[in-house]
Amino acid sequence: METPETPRTSKLVGKLMLIVFGMFGFGFAMVPLYDVFCDITGLNGKTANQAAQANAAGVDTSREIKVQFISKAAKDMPWEFRPEIAEIIVRPGESKIIKFYAKNVTSEKMVGQSVPSVAPGRAASYFKKVACFCFEQQILEGQEEVWMPLQFYIDTDIPSDVKTLTLSYTLYDITTKIES
Amino acid sequence: MTTATDAVIDHHDHKATGIKRWLFTTNHKDIGTLYLWFAFIMFLTGGSMAMVIRAELFQPGLQLVDPDFFNQMTTVHGLIMVFGAVMPAFTGLANWMIPMMIGAPDMALPRLNNWSFWILPFAFSILLMSFFLGGAPNFGWTFYAPLSSTYSNGSTAFFVFAVHIMGISSIMGAINVIVTIMNMRAPGMTYMKMPLFVWTFFITAYLLIAVMPVLAGVVTMLLTDTYFGTSFFDAAGGGDPVLFQHIFWFFGHPEVYIMILPAFGIVSTTIPAFSRKKLFGYSSMVYATSSIAFLSFIVWAHHMFTTGMPLIGELFFMYCTMLIAVPTGVKVFNWMATMWRGAITFEVPMMFSIAFVILFTIGGFSGLMLAMAPVDFQYHDTYFVVAHFHYVLVTGSIFSIFAAAYYWLPKWTGHMFNEKLAKAHFWCSLVSVNLLFFPMHFLGLAGMPRRIPDYALQFADFNMWVSIGGFAFGLSQLIFLAVVIKCIQGGEKAPAKPWDGAEGLEWTVPSPAPYHTFSTPPKVD
Repeated sequence: METPETPRTSKLVGKLMLIVFGMFGFGFAMVPLYDVFCDITGLNGKTANQAAQANAAGVDTSREIKVQFISKAAKDMPWEFRPEIAEIIVRPGESKIIKFYAKNVTSEKMVGQSVPSVAPGRAASYFKKVACFCFEQQILEGQEEVWMPLQFYIDTDIPSDVKTLTLSYTLYDITTKIES
Repeated sequence: MTTATDAVIDHHDHKATGIKRWLFTTNHKDIGTLYLWFAFIMFLTGGSMAMVIRAELFQPGLQLVDPDFFNQMTTVHGLIMVFGAVMPAFTGLANWMIPMMIGAPDMALPRLNNWSFWILPFAFSILLMSFFLGGAPNFGWTFYAPLSSTYSNGSTAFFVFAVHIMGISSIMGAINVIVTIMNMRAPGMTYMKMPLFVWTFFITAYLLIAVMPVLAGVVTMLLTDTYFGTSFFDAAGGGDPVLFQHIFWFFGHPEVYIMILPAFGIVSTTIPAFSRKKLFGYSSMVYATSSIAFLSFIVWAHHMFTTGMPLIGELFFMYCTMLIAVPTGVKVFNWMATMWRGAITFEVPMMFSIAFVILFTIGGFSGLMLAMAPVDFQYHDTYFVVAHFHYVLVTGSIFSIFAAAYYWLPKWTGHMFNEKLAKAHFWCSLVSVNLLFFPMHFLGLAGMPRRIPDYALQFADFNMWVSIGGFAFGLSQLIFLAVVIKCIQGGEKAPAKPWDGAEGLEWTVPSPAPYHTFSTPPKVD
């Protein structure tokens, strides 16, 4: 026995299809939502990917924070990549410039992109980068080397129990992505 | 006018013969049968992969298969059991039983119904084909990026398209169920009079249309990441692999309830029938099912406690997860209260149902242990997790499917099944399944990681027991096949209502159920 498709049935099917398409869209909406959520909470140690304003709040001389630098070239990325120093002691509000060294050891022109991450994650939003090589792509000819500057300060509002910060950079090969 | 009516009935009773009957059928009973056979074939396929896994793990060291093939086995075993066995089996039961339980002549959208079944074999052919075309998916059924994107062995496209087709099939099936239930109930069948199996499947169908599109979205992102240069999950391009886990588990957690809610409906049907009492707390069962469905959307990150979430996130997901124990506890309490002082008889469907209640509860308890964020750091990705989800899926979902199959087999075939053989199936399954999965708790607590082809020597004894249990459980399922085939071929003639405590409209029609039932709706009061 076949049921004729009554208007009532079609209407309900239409509504249910709306839910289906809505949820398909929601899956994609989670991508920007996740970024917004991470920006607000500093989840996953994501730091802002835009330059911060220079510090205006003055320097908090009452405490010191140790900032450690880690750098790593991703799998299949042949470049040499390292910070000039492994760690530095700073006071909140104090502005510092650190240089990172990168060398394209191949003979081909390549494009690299560094992605930063801060641990502990909840301190990420207090780590302010005034200038960072991670805001742009590095285009290096074969055997070319470069010293890349990072200017940062730590927000004076950083929770008082944070004594050590680790800033980690991973350098990725995005040559093929740029070409395509 | 009598002749005209007769002619119409004649026309509708006509069914094609041979293969065409099955290819072109729009009959809910035929499609239900197709789903159930398909699920059983997939159950044996996925099961034989489990046998390969257990054979390799019988002893420490690498004996039979290389690690890459072992990973393909664990991945495809999971995918087939989830999407090929458990979900189609429930959809098959829904197709067969829901129209009969609510007094409807068929599903609301019969042609769509045909299509949602017949695309499934193609989905699984694509998935299984990948074994012969450079290797099957080897990144785990959860297909975490970047394992499935950057480090894929080239099977990602097969996997993605197979999942897309499975998803479309499930969505169409779910829409069909919802429209049937909302529009085609017999006069007098109000929502709060619907049998609980109908209720649980109704809620499951809503979960399906809410989360299967999210799965379709995440596999699409994975596809474009792998082959078209997007960076949803690739940190180099500004994406984040952890985002993959969030989207996947937003689908994944409701998915596990999709696989258990219909089971709740089944045992809520069988336990009252064999206790000869009304179900204790019918409305609390409905509300408990709804609240489990609601909670399933806000607990997904308990699968991700070790990804470095903020403390507040861990606490939120931990408390929400533990909250699920409340409605689930209500259900277990209601089943026990239904049996309390009932005139219980132990027919095979009842035996499977009681085993379900006890063993599912064990799985629930290990779930509670895993829900605690601090201890989850210890248990994460160990055999304890494997033990947990096999208790809820095998002794939970699959045992309930056996209970349902034995309960309704007389209605489907018109014959009683061989009780002795069916009891043998029950006892063999019960003993072997516990030998198979219980020691996995100890292995996990002792630190054996999951998804590995080799292990440290101290785990050798337990693994040998587990493997023996595994082989025995696998073989026991052949008894079930024998029972079903014998029951189709013949046996004692089944009356319209073979179980004297059974209730519901499906028992008012003769056994086997005629090709068309309730062409004129029954009156429910």
